[in-house]
Amino acid sequence: MGDRHPMTGNEMSPEARGGMERHAYDVVVIGAGGAGLRAAIAAHEAGARTAVVCKSLLGKAHTVMAEGGAAAALGNRWPEDNWQVHFRDTMRGGKMLNNWRMAQLHAQEAPERVLELEDWGALFDRTEDGLISQRDFGGHKYARLAHVGDRTGLELIRTLQQRTVQLGVDVFMECTVTEVLKQGGKVAGAFGYWRETGRFITFEAPSVILATGGIGKSYKVTSNSWEYTGDGHALALRAGASLINMEFVQFHPTGMVWPPSVKGLLVTESVRGDGGILRNSEGKRFMFDYIPDFFRAETADTEEEADAWYEDKKNNRRPPELLPRDEVARAINSEIKAGRGSPHGGIFLDIASRRDADYIRKRLPSMYHQFKELADVDITAEPMEIGPTCHYVMGGVEVDPDTQQSAVTGLYAAGEVSGGMHGSNRLGGNSLSDLLVFGKRAGEAAAAHATTLDQRGERPAVDEADVKAAQADALAPFEVEGGENPYTIQHDLQQSMNDLVGIIRTASELDASLAELEQLKQRAAGMVVEGHRQYNPGWHLALDLRNMLLVSECIAKAALARQESRGGHTRDDFPGLDPEWGAKNLVLSLDATGAGVDIAEKPLPTMPDDLKQLFEPPPAEPVEAKEADK
Amino acid sequence: MSYDLKMRVWRGDADGGDLTDYTVEVSEGEVVLDALHRLQATQTGDLAIRWNCKAGKCGSCSAEINGRPRLMCMTRLSDFDPAETITVTPMRTFPVIRDLVTDVSFNYEKARELPYAELGPRDADGKRRMMQVDVERGQEFRKCIECYLCQDVCHVVRDHEDNKQHFAGPRFFIRYAELDMHPLDTHDRRQLAQDAAGLGMCNITKCCTEVCPEGIHITDNGIIPMKERVVDRKYDPLVWLGNKIGLRNKDNDGRTEV
Repeated sequence: MGDRHPMTGNEMSPEARGGMERHAYDVVVIGAGGAGLRAAIAAHEAGARTAVVCKSLLGKAHTVMAEGGAAAALGNRWPEDNWQVHFRDTMRGGKMLNNWRMAQLHAQEAPERVLELEDWGALFDRTEDGLISQRDFGGHKYARLAHVGDRTGLELIRTLQQRTVQLGVDVFMECTVTEVLKQGGKVAGAFGYWRETGRFITFEAPSVILATGGIGKSYKVTSNSWEYTGDGHALALRAGASLINMEFVQFHPTGMVWPPSVKGLLVTESVRGDGGILRNSEGKRFMFDYIPDFFRAETADTEEEADAWYEDKKNNRRPPELLPRDEVARAINSEIKAGRGSPHGGIFLDIASRRDADYIRKRLPSMYHQFKELADVDITAEPMEIGPTCHYVMGGVEVDPDTQQSAVTGLYAAGEVSGGMHGSNRLGGNSLSDLLVFGKRAGEAAAAHATTLDQRGERPAVDEADVKAAQADALAPFEVEGGENPYTIQHDLQQSMNDLVGIIRTASELDASLAELEQLKQRAAGMVVEGHRQYNPGWHLALDLRNMLLVSECIAKAALARQESRGGHTRDDFPGLDPEWGAKNLVLSLDATGAGVDIAEKPLPTMPDDLKQLFEPPPAEPVEAKEADK
Repeated sequence: MSYDLKMRVWRGDADGGDLTDYTVEVSEGEVVLDALHRLQATQTGDLAIRWNCKAGKCGSCSAEINGRPRLMCMTRLSDFDPAETITVTPMRTFPVIRDLVTDVSFNYEKARELPYAELGPRDADGKRRMMQVDVERGQEFRKCIECYLCQDVCHVVRDHEDNKQHFAGPRFFIRYAELDMHPLDTHDRRQLAQDAAGLGMCNITKCCTEVCPEGIHITDNGIIPMKERVVDRKYDPLVWLGNKIGLRNKDNDGRTEV
């Protein structure tokens, strides 16, 4: 395995200066989930020398966990569906706080992005006519999610992965980026380490695309994997970009609650899309008690109407179980708090009494497998116990809607790490289409930027002093004597965020969380790791923890500032929507000390009149504008 | 209900290593990966484990538990007697990086040698049409989470390093089968599967099928049909004669050999 330093485990290579590996590219993509791979494909196809850098092995990113499907107005099930309806659903799901331009591009381009996957070998489930099948999901007027059973994310990532390999894009696996490097305000590259050897690596590149996903690992109960430590959010802040909408964290209504080892694990919304309903311990189908005024006109108020909707969408309104996720999560939370929960502190999700066993096994094979293997529950025979779980962050890097470029020239963000697209709440299914649409746009813009710089001969150079500083920062946890173990600090952070910055928030708890975060930051400054640099998870966590702390502070600060309840942000002390707050975003940036964040208000971009018309009451018959958009 | 679990975990790196004994507190409903995570958090912070989703969906945490290739996140402690010592070792077919983490780059190299889907043009309305019953055959293989347990258990490479060069392994044979069964694909990769991927070296002992956490019928639905297709092309005397005298085999309709 070559010569390793006896203590650090660093593999020293004679031809590399100081054991440091260096590579030059046009575009470096950080993250190999759906957004990262789609961006890399686009950048490569635009002629850029492209690299993908990812913390795990290729094909393991969190996209693999996405179950339900990719929302795209293909109109295969309901010819009435089109981009305007999808756009309207998305904006209303986000309680109108979405960046309208992103929501528009997303609705317009999603169908072609899905069809393209099919060209590359994806095998979606089919309709009777042989077209891509589409399924019902919360907040979508029509059955709109292209899917493969309940493992759509796996299909998506495998297709993109195989395409990436086919094109010969360079992939740096198990490699973590810890800094974005700049020269004169422009991106010059990125710095990181190989997880396997602990050896450092520098990328020289004028365009860097963040595609690092979300922040869920800052919470105790989450559907997210260890990778979700807010790396891209923190890298952007430290590079001088800003974040928006960070107060909006999506708690998915249905996560497993038992056994403890899988608490938080996702139970797909498809269970409800395919007919599943929610009941409390008294057997009551309680969602009818929680229909908000905002959605009353389009939601069924009797069980008969709700059940009839699955077959006849023209004459019936949607079941309340298919309200947007924020509404359902809050309702479940209230029922549990009122003492009407299930034995393990959840609520019952029942599809067994509603659909036959064959249908369930066919439509929800992963869920069947997951409950059978991990909880000894047969979902075709008995109800599941479920409860809310931290699932997605709507907030992220503030970007230009067309190019996904942040405030820093050459720094792009796509997928969950970018902000604005989903407003205050994301609709299920809009994430997979989001990362395809904006991954492609980011990749193309990043490639174009590199070309432009080269034409002008202005490619920024990496400053050696910055590389030295990044190196020292990364090694700092080895220098501490007798400090604290990063696992303990992470555990305390997760508990604190869960308890004080969870689904329901109040000023006093948010104040307390900010105080606790300050303490955690101090403890983290004196954290120590044992062992050496070769595949050392303790060291990796210590580095990720800095990002988690910074991003957690963004969430708590923004949650304290926004004095209203909207989407994924519910304030017990400010219930209800406030139109004044509905007109502005909260923008976070790194403060002068570099250790904390500043917060500012910013008005929302104004939607043009032709799009505004789509929201005018009464909701007219779906606009027939399919031809106009071809 | 919690109890003290006795574990033996392989610790070491490419230069060698040993089984180390640990005792760790575990509770009801936990899996092997939970026990290892608790070890990591409380006793041995630098224990190297590769894992991601902890839900049997990403295929990262493959290892050998009491000698059997399994996903650590899907192996429940309740399958063992509480008094039993659970032994966890890295996958044997791949070189160790550290502790339970192995160098699986063999699989990524093989993936680069694979052919790809090549579909004809879309229908006039810009969409494609395939019947559910036709896509289902390929969908079974696309359930693969690339945990590489089938590659680990396969005796062709498990103890025969030299075979690795000529043998892609069960994970990739089902990729060939998937492409071959794709209703709209235009390539014929049978010769490639036989020659480049070493399909012929497989003698269908079905070990791969047995360890597949996704329950894919690797041998029955993937490898055997693929072998039959290769044989049809290569050894069927009628096909041979047909080829000789220039008769077109219907089986090749719309497909180009690569």
